[in-house]
Amino acid sequence: MLFRYRGGEGMLAWAFHRISGVAIWAFVVLHVIDIYLVGGNPEAYDELLAIYASPIGRVLEALLGAALLYHALNGLRIIVMDFWPPLTRYHRQLWYLCWLIFVVVGLPVAWIVLKPIWEGVPT
Amino acid sequence: MSVPYTRSGRARPRGGGLELTIWYLMRLTGIALFVFALTHYLIVHVIYDPAEQDASWIAQVRWSSTFWRAFDWSLLMLVLFHAFMGVRTVVVDYVKGRARLLVLTGLYLVAFVLFVLGTAVVLTLPVVPKG
Repeated sequence: MLFRYRGGEGMLAWAFHRISGVAIWAFVVLHVIDIYLVGGNPEAYDELLAIYASPIGRVLEALLGAALLYHALNGLRIIVMDFWPPLTRYHRQLWYLCWLIFVVVGLPVAWIVLKPIWEGVPT
Repeated sequence: MSVPYTRSGRARPRGGGLELTIWYLMRLTGIALFVFALTHYLIVHVIYDPAEQDASWIAQVRWSSTFWRAFDWSLLMLVLFHAFMGVRTVVVDYVKGRARLLVLTGLYLVAFVLFVLGTAVVLTLPVVPKG
């Protein structure tokens, strides 16, 4: 559906920004509650953190990092176009630049986050 | 307009007032979060591994200095504004009438609860020296 809609890059950039934003919001709600447990119920926090360190947890954290990085980069792109409107002409190129940085920065980070799944947990 | 106007952000509200202030603050907090949120992710997922973290790690290492507590509290304030005002924009786009008022009230209530929980824990968690 997303790709058949004739919106092109601008529409996809907007859709991804919205989806990643709502996903990060949902994580923030969870994360503030879990941090509250550090003071309120440390045992429950430790149990939850074991899930964060598990393989499934790591995959979700890598996805969270991807959402965060995309939202951050595309957010800068929006700001650039908001305050220097002539650059809106290059909104596609700016979006491709976002993806370039996303891959260059994101791949090593994803590697570090996911590596313990197959190499074991660092001590 | 001469430039092709495909944009992926919310158009600047006309006329000023609260909506324009929020529009500017979304961009301002966005720039700040670019630094704060990415740094936070880098610390807890890259520099330290989740496997070496637990409640006592936070008390002894992560929150052992006022600087990092202030850093994380600032991040909390920025993200509460940015995330909840962002979801507000999404809600206003998709929910109409009385349901909108209901959903937005619930949304602000959740934001307030998170403000209280997050502020309480960052202020009251005792510093436990490592050793």
